[in-house]
Amino acid sequence: MFLIALKMLFNDKAKFFGIVMGVTLASLVITQQGSIFTGIMTRTFGTITDMSYPDIWVMDRKVQFIDDIKPLADTALFEVRGIEGVASAVPLYKGMIRARMDNGTFQNCNLYGLDDASLIGGPGVMVEGRLEDLRRAESVIVDLEGATSRLAKPGPTPDASRVPLKVGDTLELNDHRAVVVGISKGSRTFQSQPNIYTTYSRAVTFAPRERKLLSFIFVKAKPGEDIYELCERITKRTGLAAYTGDQFKMLTVNYFLKYTGIPINFGIAVSLGFLVGTLITGFMFYSFTIDNLKYLGTLKAMGVGDGKLMAMIMLQALTVGFIGFGLGVGIASFFGTSMKETQLAFRLTWQLVFAAGGAVVIICMLAAMLSVRKVIALEPAIVFKG
Amino acid sequence: MTTLAPAVSAIAPEGNTRPIAVRCRQVTKNYGSGNSTVRALRGVDLDVFEGEMLMMVGPSGCGKTTLISVVAGVLDRDAGECSVFGKDFSALSGSERTRFRGQTIGFVFQSFNLIPTLTIAENVSVPLLLNGVGRSAALKKAKDMLAVVGLGDRVNEAPNRLSGGQQQRVAISRALVHDPKLIVCDEPTSALDHETGGRVMELLRSVAMSGNRSLIVVTHDNRIFNFADRIAHMDDGIVDKVVGSAKDLYGPNMAAK
Ligand SMILES: Nc1ncnc2c1ncn2[C@@H]1O[C@H](COP(=O)(O)OP(=O)(O)O)[C@@H](O)[C@H]1O
Ligand SMILES: [Mg+2]
Repeated sequence: MFLIALKMLFNDKAKFFGIVMGVTLASLVITQQGSIFTGIMTRTFGTITDMSYPDIWVMDRKVQFIDDIKPLADTALFEVRGIEGVASAVPLYKGMIRARMDNGTFQNCNLYGLDDASLIGGPGVMVEGRLEDLRRAESVIVDLEGATSRLAKPGPTPDASRVPLKVGDTLELNDHRAVVVGISKGSRTFQSQPNIYTTYSRAVTFAPRERKLLSFIFVKAKPGEDIYELCERITKRTGLAAYTGDQFKMLTVNYFLKYTGIPINFGIAVSLGFLVGTLITGFMFYSFTIDNLKYLGTLKAMGVGDGKLMAMIMLQALTVGFIGFGLGVGIASFFGTSMKETQLAFRLTWQLVFAAGGAVVIICMLAAMLSVRKVIALEPAIVFKG
Repeated sequence: MTTLAPAVSAIAPEGNTRPIAVRCRQVTKNYGSGNSTVRALRGVDLDVFEGEMLMMVGPSGCGKTTLISVVAGVLDRDAGECSVFGKDFSALSGSERTRFRGQTIGFVFQSFNLIPTLTIAENVSVPLLLNGVGRSAALKKAKDMLAVVGLGDRVNEAPNRLSGGQQQRVAISRALVHDPKLIVCDEPTSALDHETGGRVMELLRSVAMSGNRSLIVVTHDNRIFNFADRIAHMDDGIVDKVVGSAKDLYGPNMAAK
């Protein structure tokens, strides 16, 4: 009888493709919206992702996310270096700085000051120049995104396109001259400001005068050291917060989820996609079963038990659910891959695939159960009427 | 109770020795509740003998479909007694009822109810599959059955490629293939033209009426009355008379038609 159930499904080509397309569309909407949401949330900690070097991030206890800078006293660095299990500890300056453009306007930028000796915390990928070039006087590295958009210079004529910032160009950062020695590329972050990298000591001179300038301490643990224990030890000894990269990412994501409207807006879009998708799927499958009601009723009259009838309909639901879902996720990931080089945040995780798949299958089954009720409570009229 | 003296009683007379296939006593069935209650069956008495073709006639809405639904165990009665070959559906569990129906009863519907996405052989094989016959054996037997009704060369076609009369022949094959002891047909000819309907009835009589199988044929098609052994007339939820031929029911003029 299960073969019969599948034949009933597959042989009605128009309806079958209709349902599969409905499920595909639903899965596509769910995974695509979900992926964009995940992508956006990933961006909130893009900076942390790029700085893969440290085992542990040390910061002020009140820091809530990566861009929430609560500077530490310089002495904290030496304190951390003295803790057992710490192989090395280097400083990072992270702050905002105003870059003066050639046309006299200002552009806010993120300024990163990397440990002078090791240059740890530098940009992920160098497109032009080398990280070591930061050792030259007045040197900075600018990220490609900033160099080609916000920091690009006006063209020679008013309607000419803007000229990207390139190696050898100069910038004025908070009244200090800076020379571009490299162009980098990193993960997208939530912020649209250009990222500028230089050494810690130079960043401190560029930065607006403040009492404390140390933003984060990057700790590398000694081999074999338990990272979580080391975090605890650092906190106990210094009173500072110490997180692994993943912990700091979670902290950041949670902050954005909790305190900004962005996730809520996206959440609404995702839920809406979810709702629309599941409704489409449910409706398509429901109407498929309702169309077949007469035949299902006939089967029941001829002696197919309720349990078997349900199982047949479930099998049909699962079949269209899986086919449609596979196609939907396939299209979504194709979409994601082809959008990789664009502005769009898109991140399809296996958790998302599972959640969407589960939702689609569950909704197919719910729709099936809803429609099967009519078969179970078989009205003779359904089978006997003309 | 009625001015027209019935030629044959609705229930078997005292001392009857003919085996009874279906026995109904004071069967009632209501649809809905409260003000909108429809009293579809209001105390039906009826016996159907083994080996007979009983036709059920009467005006539209008098309860014919409801009665055969109760008889076939598709619908639960509200009160009264009803048994099929001595078994009372309401005394059986859900799965026993399903199995008993699958073994004992064959159905022929007005609109054929062939599953459009299966071939006609597959359609006919369904009752066999339900009775535990293996797939290939069931298909083989279904094809043999289709050959009997003259459709042996079309076994792999979809139902909608066939004419109405051919589709009803497929449906008859499906009703017969697992050799049930009772066949219920609800208006089997009303979707067909006169000639085709006649041929379907001939087929039913010749193929279905074998052994001591009983047929209940609901119809208001008076042109096929002469195929019946007995005719039960229903009105307003009861069987008010059972006669031996159409002549007894409507007088000589009607039957002569
Ligand atoms: N599911 C139902 N709900 C309510 N009333 C029904 C239902 N099925 C049938 N009826 C009513 O019960 C009566 C008998 O119907 P039915 O047995 O189909 O008559 P027939 O087959 O003789 O035309 C009619 O009045 C019909 O309207
Ligand atoms: Mg009827």
